[in-house]
Amino acid sequence: MMTRRIVFTVNRQEHMLEVDVRESLLDVLRDRLDLTGVKKGCSVGECGACTVLIDGEPFDSCIYLAVWADGKQIRTVEGEAKDGKLSKVQAAFLEANAVQCGFCTPGLVMTTTALTESDHSYTKQEIKKELSGHMCRCTGYHNIIKAAEKALQDKGEQDHDCCGKCHQ
Amino acid sequence: MYDIAKYEEAYTVEEAIALLQANPQAVIISGGSDVLIKLHEGQLPDAQLISIHGIPELKGIKLEAGQTIAIGAGTSFSQISRSDIIQQHLPVLGEAVSMVGGPQIRNIGTIGGNVCNGVTSADSAATLFALNAKLRIQGSNTERLVAIHDFYQGPGKVDLAHGEILTAILITKENYEGYNGHYIKYAMRNAMDIATLGCTAVGKFINNQVTDFRLALGVAGPTPLRCYKTEEIAKGRLVDQTLLAEIGKTAITEVNPRTSWRASKEFRLQLVEELSKRAFLEAYRKAGGEVK
Repeated sequence: MMTRRIVFTVNRQEHMLEVDVRESLLDVLRDRLDLTGVKKGCSVGECGACTVLIDGEPFDSCIYLAVWADGKQIRTVEGEAKDGKLSKVQAAFLEANAVQCGFCTPGLVMTTTALTESDHSYTKQEIKKELSGHMCRCTGYHNIIKAAEKALQDKGEQDHDCCGKCHQ
Repeated sequence: MYDIAKYEEAYTVEEAIALLQANPQAVIISGGSDVLIKLHEGQLPDAQLISIHGIPELKGIKLEAGQTIAIGAGTSFSQISRSDIIQQHLPVLGEAVSMVGGPQIRNIGTIGGNVCNGVTSADSAATLFALNAKLRIQGSNTERLVAIHDFYQGPGKVDLAHGEILTAILITKENYEGYNGHYIKYAMRNAMDIATLGCTAVGKFINNQVTDFRLALGVAGPTPLRCYKTEEIAKGRLVDQTLLAEIGKTAITEVNPRTSWRASKEFRLQLVEELSKRAFLEAYRKAGGEVK
């Protein structure tokens, strides 16, 4: 077994881990750091359930080698609620009834979060394109798009607890 | 866990070449969105990987001497679409690579990997063919330039020896300045799908006359290809319905699509005829043209 030491930040907390070179970032987040909000779906980068933010951008963690995470800032859904208060995106998903079985939700929340923190404003068509790397087996897309639109509508209004900058 | 028997990381191109030379079994991994899928499916048992994922000199887009656009082979599709240089000079390429997979795949997948896989359906390929792209390939103590249509030698087969690294994709000024282009990806889904057919038209127009035209197609043959006869027919002509019809009819004489589970040969031929016309027309519209 070949291992490598990586130092990375996950949800604002620094970790030093000895990872197997064969491990995906998904394996490490779920099995070593118990972040099971990162879902294991297709394992081939098609369903988006394992999406996490790496330095602010959404990636499929199933097809990202854990050794590549060295020096990176990772965010998973577990780090989004602060002091028992949901993030703006999470609250928008709740309000829009955008959660059915919930398996695709953590990934979708993370991609939507990246959109709310970018300086671009998105049309509905663009939101659909940005979320197109996620599959919802319950086919609840209508409300998911509504939730993303809601989260992006409030983009101008600063979240009191978190402006996104602190995650950088 | 992935079936990786050996894993080494290179931090410079020289290092990658040395590692490759030392291990004839080694396979390069860049973004991983193709290699890791192959591993997952058992197509690369006991893989010996050399990662070029973290080589900074392979990333980014810059203007070189003579305003040649140089795209580092390790540049992701998202970085290409967002690049100011691409948006200003080569919007057609930015649009084409924004149709690869989905957003997460475009954040990890690289244009160099797309090209080096040698598949006819690569979304970047048809456009790079239409732009007469050249590939800069680094070996130990050698550097060579290969035209993209010479690089593709057959399905999955490219002109890249073991021990060589594709470092950059070059598009010279005379191949982009004053051109308008359009890429059409025909697939069953709008995202996360492989092209049933890909078609890029690039043209130069003065008033409503075609002064230059290039037509390139993906999945219309074992490798991406150009339709040179069709291009010649259009050059110097006025854009009208007759020309459009001729473009479609001539293009189908220059292709060799096959029947696969995605689509039949007959359907692909129909796509070649129709998409060639539409891509040409859209390139013409982008140049400010209107068809009477």
